[in-house]
Formats: sequence, C-alpha cells, structure tokens
Amino acid sequence: MNLYAIGAIYIYEMKRFFRTLMESLLSPVISTSLYFVVFGSAIGSRIDQVEGVTYGAFIVPGLIMLSVMTQGISNASFGIYFPKFIGTVYELLSAPVNFLEIVLGYVGAAATKSLMIGVVILLTAGFFVDLDIQHPLAMLAFLVLTCLSFSLFGFIIGIWAQSFQQLQIIPLLVITPLVFLGGSFYSISMLPPIWQTLTLFNPVVYLISGFRWSFFGQADVPVGLSLLAIAGFTGICLALIWLIFRTGYRIKE
Amino acid sequence: MSSIVEVQGLRKVYDDGFEALKGVDLSIHKGEILALLGPNGAGKTTLISTLCGITTPTGGSASVGGHDIIGGYRAARAMIGLVPQEVALEPFEKVINTVRFSRGLFGKKQDDALVERTLRQLSLWDKRHNQTKELSGGMKRRVLIAKALIHEPQVLFLDEPTAGVDVELRRDMWQVVEELRAQGVTIILTTHYIEEAEAIADRVAVINKGEILLVQDKATLMQQMGRKSLRIELAEPITAVPEALSEYELELSDDGQSVTYHYDTRGQSGTGITRLMQALAQAGLHLRDIHTRQSSLEEIFVGLVREGAA
Repeated sequence: MNLYAIGAIYIYEMKRFFRTLMESLLSPVISTSLYFVVFGSAIGSRIDQVEGVTYGAFIVPGLIMLSVMTQGISNASFGIYFPKFIGTVYELLSAPVNFLEIVLGYVGAAATKSLMIGVVILLTAGFFVDLDIQHPLAMLAFLVLTCLSFSLFGFIIGIWAQSFQQLQIIPLLVITPLVFLGGSFYSISMLPPIWQTLTLFNPVVYLISGFRWSFFGQADVPVGLSLLAIAGFTGICLALIWLIFRTGYRIKE
Repeated sequence: MSSIVEVQGLRKVYDDGFEALKGVDLSIHKGEILALLGPNGAGKTTLISTLCGITTPTGGSASVGGHDIIGGYRAARAMIGLVPQEVALEPFEKVINTVRFSRGLFGKKQDDALVERTLRQLSLWDKRHNQTKELSGGMKRRVLIAKALIHEPQVLFLDEPTAGVDVELRRDMWQVVEELRAQGVTIILTTHYIEEAEAIADRVAVINKGEILLVQDKATLMQQMGRKSLRIELAEPITAVPEALSEYELELSDDGQSVTYHYDTRGQSGTGITRLMQALAQAGLHLRDIHTRQSSLEEIFVGLVREGAA
C-alpha cells in the first residue's frame, strides 16, 4: 500500500478545498438558512407537528442529507474530472499507485469535505431550531456512510464525464429530484397510498428515513433496511470503480 | 553494457484500429542518453506512454530495471520519471506544492532539502510560492521537469522537452540533462530537433510508422551513414559538366561557378577523390577552392524515413 500517495492526493485535494474555504462553507450555510426561513418559519409556522416534531426540526435531517449528497458528488466528480480536463491525470496514471489508493485519496478528501459541510449545516440548524439527537452514534454513522458513498458515486461521474455539462447533468437530473421526492421535506405517510408505494423505489428515501430516525427515533422504513440500502449503494459504487480501473474506461487508452 | 529498459515486440492498436506500435524491440543501456527520433505520428509518444503506464499495450512486453511494466508496475514505475509533451499543471497550485505532491504520489517521504536542491537546479526556487498559472511557458516546463525528478527516478523520459522553448532555456535543459547523466540517470528523449540529438545523445533510435528503423551509436551512425560531399569552386564558370567527368555524377551549381561531388567514406574502392582531381585537370578545369562537408544527422534521418516510406 502506497500510503504516501494516498496522503499526497488527500492533502492536495484538501488544500484545494481550503483555498476556497469561504465559498465552500458559505454557500451551504446560506442556502440552509434560506430553507429554514422559507420552509421552517414562513410555511412551517402554518404546519402542525409532523410525527410529533416541529416542522422546522423535521426538515433538518433532510436538509443535511440534501447538501451532503450533492456536495459529495460535486467535490469528488470535480476532483477527478479536473485532472482529466487539464491533462495532469498523466501523473496519476504513471505513478506507482493502484486504483484503491487513488480512490482512497480522492474519495476520502471529497467525503471529508462533505462531512465538514454536513456538520456546519447541523450547527447552523441549531441556531434556528432545538435539536435533540436521540441516536448520535447512528447519526454519525449514517452521515459518514452517505458522505462516502455519494463521493464514490461522484468519482464515477467524474470519470464518466467528458465535458463540464455532463459533470452537472447527473446531479441535476437524477440526484436533486430523488432527494426532493425522497422525503426531505415531508413524511412519506403524508402521500397518497399509490405514491407511498412508488416512493419505496427511490433509494434516497431509505437514507433520509434512517438519518431522520437517528434524530427523532421515527422512520418511514425500518432502520435495518436503511443501513442495507446505503451499504448496498456503497458496494455497487466500489464495484463500478474497480471495473473502471480494470478496463481503463475513459481514463486510459 | 547492462540494459535498464527492455522492450520486446511491443504493440499498440488503438480502439479506432490505428496501429501506433508494430512490434517494437528496443534495449536501452543503463546511464545512456538515447534520442528517439521520428516524424509526427511515428509512435514516439505512444511508446513512452506505454512504458510509463498511461497507455495499455496490445501485445508484447517491456520491463524497466527488470520489473515488468504490467506485472511489476509498482517497482517499474517508481524508477521512472516522465516529462510529458503537453504542459499540464494544476493552474492554481503553488510550484512547491505541486512538486511535493509528485514526490508523495511516487511513494517517497517528503524531503525539503531535495525539493530545494531540485528547484534551485532548475532556477525555480524564487518562484516556489507562485501559482503555476503565473509562470511563463518555459518556467512551466521546468516545473514539469522538477515534478519528474523529485522522486529520484533512474530512468527519465523527456517527451519533446524543448518544443517551443527558446534557445537559452534549451541550452539550460541540455545542461540539466548532462548533470543527470553524470548522476547516472538513464535518459530517453524524443525530439524533432535533430541538432538536439546530435548535441547530447549517445545513441539514436529512429522510429517511423510504429517501427524502429535503426538504433545506433550516434558517432558510428554518422560515420557509417555519413555521406560526404566535396564542393569544388572553379576559376572559370562552365555551362555544362564535361562529358569526360560524367562517371563522377557532379552537380553543377546554377551560376556555373562550382561543382559538387558526393562520396561515401565507407566505399570499398576509396573515395574517388584522387581520380576526380586528375580528371578535372585533364578536362582543363582550374580549381579555386575546395570544401568538404559531412552530412548531418538530419539528412541521415530524412533519408531513412523516406527510404522507409518508399
């Protein structure tokens, strides 16, 4: 295991993050605050409690998940797409490193960044609503796993993408709708029965439900299923990345 | 002499069916400077990319320091430094950080003294805190060299290192190459500039259309293949070469002031110069001056590539 290489990639990527620290942290903080103002205070004040929780508090787990997923994807996809775009990927390919080391470096850094953003949003949310986290360890586990799996997914998108447009299209067309329809802002039980069934095909539902359970002790789907879903997603991403490096897909001729 | 890079029957066929390497055999000696000469699209970069792990070979095998480039890729690549043809650098990163990154990537512990020494050697020390995008084209190329050298490779591939570089920097780079050779680093250099190969290489390999046409000691190559020419300036201009001299195939200059005779130093029956002189005297031509000239590597190269095309 080339530990120096993993460290070099990780530090290099984190430096890029810290170079733009203000932008990196400010935008999620501002957008979260806006969500709270709009959904929490303006609309939320007219909504009764959802499953025994005030609406403002109810949307916190969903908001964190929304940011962490999109940040994980954009950080990791950009991290590996940029070297391909400017040509510095030659160095990665000619270095004595294997795919696991490259992935650990890039995905590790992207996951760290999104984890930091998730924590910042959690702290921001604390200013607006009273948060009482019932299962802190489970909360952390769900958060870290989501950061990791979506950074892995972003890494795949970054390798697949051949233009900046393609880099944007999956998060925009797939992830955002899935997250919005995944129960970030509502409980599935509020939906008509047919939609309740359809929603169960949305993988994001399981993540948000599990994450919300760690906060409030209530879930739309069983927690075990949520854990299984995120483990399965991580596994699929890892397998895809392994395949990518074995075949050299879009990185090697 | 022991070899450090061994290439056997290396083939590369790209997805579009283009065969960039058609079974290349090459043995590179430890500590030498080998110039890989060839026209555009000859396969120079593909050969280097394949040895460095950027391109996957279709067939054949290659090893660096005895380590197979596929099976023993870690050990093989750790020995290699690569300076690519295209300048590719992360624009917002500082010079010193990007160099440190390269060392880490190649699995070496950070060594600040070495970083300083390398940056100073390449006149980059003053620029170490600049972002790479602030540097001139020549400076960026130096950064690429620093990145390639920072993990102390034993084999250095320089892919057109002096393309588009001014004369001063080119001389600087030759200097650096000389110093590296003195440290025992094996250097493989692809170039368009024949004068570059002529100036610094020990051996020359000519590649065209994915095949190595020849690998030879530079001096031997020039001696063996070097055709020489003898230009004879005449006291009185002539309009045509006298019939009696036709066997020498003299070339008459446009102004009729001189004739040129081509000969081969390898010739079994001598160069023919003595007989020519006598024949000239017999033909009644008076000489004013004579010049001999050895053909350059460039002419040899053009001749070879043309021969290969025919």
